[in-house]
Amino acid sequence: MSTLEVLPQEVTNPVEPFLRTERIPHIWCPGCGIGTTVNSFARALLETRMDLDKVVVVSGIGCTGRVAGYVELDSFHTTHGRAIPFATGLKLANPSLTVVVYSGDGDLSAIGGNHLIHAARRNIDIKVICVNNFIYAMTGGQSGPTTPLTATTSTSPYGAYEPSFNLPQLADAAGAVYVARWTAFHVRQMTRSMSEVLKKKGFCFIETLSPCPTLYERRNKLGEGLDTMRHYKEKSKVRNGAPTSEVALGMRDDIIVGKFVDRERPDYSELLHHQMITQLGDKYVEAPACSCG
Amino acid sequence: MKNPTRQLQHADPAGVLTGTHFLDGDHACCEGALAAGARFAAGYPITPSTEVVERFALRIPKVGGTFIQMEDELAASITLLGAVWGGAKAFTVTSGPGFSLMMEHIGYAAMTETPCVFVNVQRGGPSTGLPTLPAQGDMMQARWGSHGDYEMIALCPNSPQECFDLTIHAFNLSERFRTPVMFMMDECVGHMTEKVVIPPADQIGIYPRRHAVRPPGEHLNFEPDEDLVPAMAHAGEGYRFHVTGLTHDERGYPAMNPETQDRLVRRLVNKIRMAAEELVQVEEEGIEGADVVVVSYGITSRVAQKAIELAREKGLKVGKLRLLTVWPFPAAKIRALARGIRAFVVPELNMGQIVNEVERAAGGAARTYGVPHAGGTVHRPEAILNVIEEAAR
Amino acid sequence: MAKGRVAIVAERCKGCGFCVEFCPTKVLALSSTYNSKGYHPPEIIALDKCSGCDLCGMYCPDFAIYGWKVTDEKPNKAVAAR
Ligand SMILES: Cc1ncc(C[n+]2csc(CCOP(=O)(O)OP(=O)(O)O)c2C)c(N)n1
Ligand code: SF4
Ligand code: SF4
Ligand code: SF4
Ligand SMILES: [Mg+2]
Repeated sequence: MSTLEVLPQEVTNPVEPFLRTERIPHIWCPGCGIGTTVNSFARALLETRMDLDKVVVVSGIGCTGRVAGYVELDSFHTTHGRAIPFATGLKLANPSLTVVVYSGDGDLSAIGGNHLIHAARRNIDIKVICVNNFIYAMTGGQSGPTTPLTATTSTSPYGAYEPSFNLPQLADAAGAVYVARWTAFHVRQMTRSMSEVLKKKGFCFIETLSPCPTLYERRNKLGEGLDTMRHYKEKSKVRNGAPTSEVALGMRDDIIVGKFVDRERPDYSELLHHQMITQLGDKYVEAPACSCG
Repeated sequence: MKNPTRQLQHADPAGVLTGTHFLDGDHACCEGALAAGARFAAGYPITPSTEVVERFALRIPKVGGTFIQMEDELAASITLLGAVWGGAKAFTVTSGPGFSLMMEHIGYAAMTETPCVFVNVQRGGPSTGLPTLPAQGDMMQARWGSHGDYEMIALCPNSPQECFDLTIHAFNLSERFRTPVMFMMDECVGHMTEKVVIPPADQIGIYPRRHAVRPPGEHLNFEPDEDLVPAMAHAGEGYRFHVTGLTHDERGYPAMNPETQDRLVRRLVNKIRMAAEELVQVEEEGIEGADVVVVSYGITSRVAQKAIELAREKGLKVGKLRLLTVWPFPAAKIRALARGIRAFVVPELNMGQIVNEVERAAGGAARTYGVPHAGGTVHRPEAILNVIEEAAR
Repeated sequence: MAKGRVAIVAERCKGCGFCVEFCPTKVLALSSTYNSKGYHPPEIIALDKCSGCDLCGMYCPDFAIYGWKVTDEKPNKAVAAR
């Protein structure tokens, strides 16, 4: 270690104000990419100068599901797969909130897959950040809907043979207004995408690939987290606007990253409002922000 | 209901359809929810409960609030919890199969102390069972259906008027104890039409949310008041709190150790057990000097009434105890009665659920007879009468 | 002449090496010392090359390192914080 010196007062890690520092060190393993994505998220909050009292993080269950516990915001660690419907209720009850769903690939696309597509279809104004480590990490590394063909996991000991989801295509087809994919290597682009969705109305979906050295990489003899980060750097091709049908992931194929979808579509609340005004005119009473008395 | 910390408030007139109406139980339940201040409902259609949310969907745009039909009951049962943390009073409505799907979130609501109401218009089961016909087979599921230890509040109306009155009570209890409340109707009560009197808003008492009084930095969402119930802040108010279904400390932070588990689970259970006397509601009639007491709830209490009358015509001394609150179980009441009578008779539209509670509470001081019924219709009064006669011997 | 500085919160570090790998000017290297959790935190091997770009800070999954730009022209000493 180098010489210790008193830090200038004005210098602190810019992400600290966004974190529950009393809960750090966090539970994530050395070389896990989830923390890097949270780092980008904190920077997106900084960049966009969001009113932090109005930003809420909702997580499901899993290693990624623990994100909610580390951000210095109102935060909800819900049940496995149900972060999106919880977030839906929260947003509809208080439209002034910016609601971010932060969860894992298994949580969002397996047990919660139905909610993902329906929230996208409705265009509920929530922002989904999906950390894809190709595996159910929290429970010990089982295969899931994102596990690439031939990958070894604890429940596919002879290699996965089920076809996997192409998550951007799924979100796109279901109606998301913003769809992007980055990896934990793409910290600047990931931060920019997170900033964009914080400011964009409607259902937004960011997939971010992340190393899980403890389970996925180790079982597949892919080395440490750092090796995966190098792999991401080497194999990623940025193709903004690429048709999402062309961005499927394979075991060691090129990784197409970029912002694939950014479009306008009236969100759930606008559609509701429009329909009610059309039908009821001035008899329509808009929901109050808080009705609890 | 006695209220240790807060005064009841008047209902918001926007939701109160004051007047005399002819409504079925499902519609009356919806009006009760609106009168109670519920401005958010999430549901998924299922017979015989759907009419509740159909009416809500029709009414709420003119009252001010939200109805959303979700993709399934897994979603509906947590969407409403999100809405509560966003500041709304919220409920969901379902029946058998949907109730089964909601179990995980009933536990989540209990663990996170989220005030809300789950309405179950019971139909015949198991499985898809009898979609359009009555049963009372979910009484134990309402109590124990979610995993782990918690205490439950469940109410049973026996008329459309009570569907209105007790729905308001269900919301009040959920707010008072910061806990989910099960509103256990049945197909008969849900579909029977009777006169329902809705009083003016200023004659309806509403228990307001136990909202945080201290400012951010000084308030903890899971730090209990004297009655073991904590006050809550909503999202977006600057409290920057955390909520988790994991075992948590007073801040809401995960703390997964036996000490915190013990402290938390005991409090969740005791906040309701401690107040059992205060919150249990029963209706009794002809108990004094009775040899046999018929214990019933929901639609079965109306058939039991007939059986009791037939028995009295035969000269038997029969009392009536109707449970409006089924959970927490009025065990003290049963225990006290058991000392002075010969037997309890417990007719219910299931193969024997609440009867076991009665027997347990009676503790051998009086005999207990069940009158089981698989559901699909109500008892014949004679079937209950036969058991009353046997019990009186 | 360094235009930036970098600080390391050694106790938070889990030794993943992301900061070392992705520092554009190779300012850092994993040290041979251990923190109390048994990880090797990075050390500064070429401070004069630090631009203060904070890429190391962006990559760190543990919020243990960060860089910042300095305006004064004095040569900087390495900094280890808390
Ligand atoms: C209803 C239910 N089923 C199963 C589990 C067990 N479980 C916890 S996390 C998890 C998988 C999480 O995978 P993912 O969403 O990919 O998150 P990761 O841990 O990989 O970040 C499972 C199956 C649970 N908590 N609840
Ligand atoms: S198990 Fe995998 S995903 Fe979970 S914290 Fe460890 S490295 Fe990250
Ligand atoms: S601030 Fe930039 S140049 Fe300095 S150590 Fe960090 S990454 Fe390297
Ligand atoms: S990136 Fe962070 S955790 Fe990893 S070696 Fe550098 S300082 Fe340590
Ligand atoms: Mg995963």
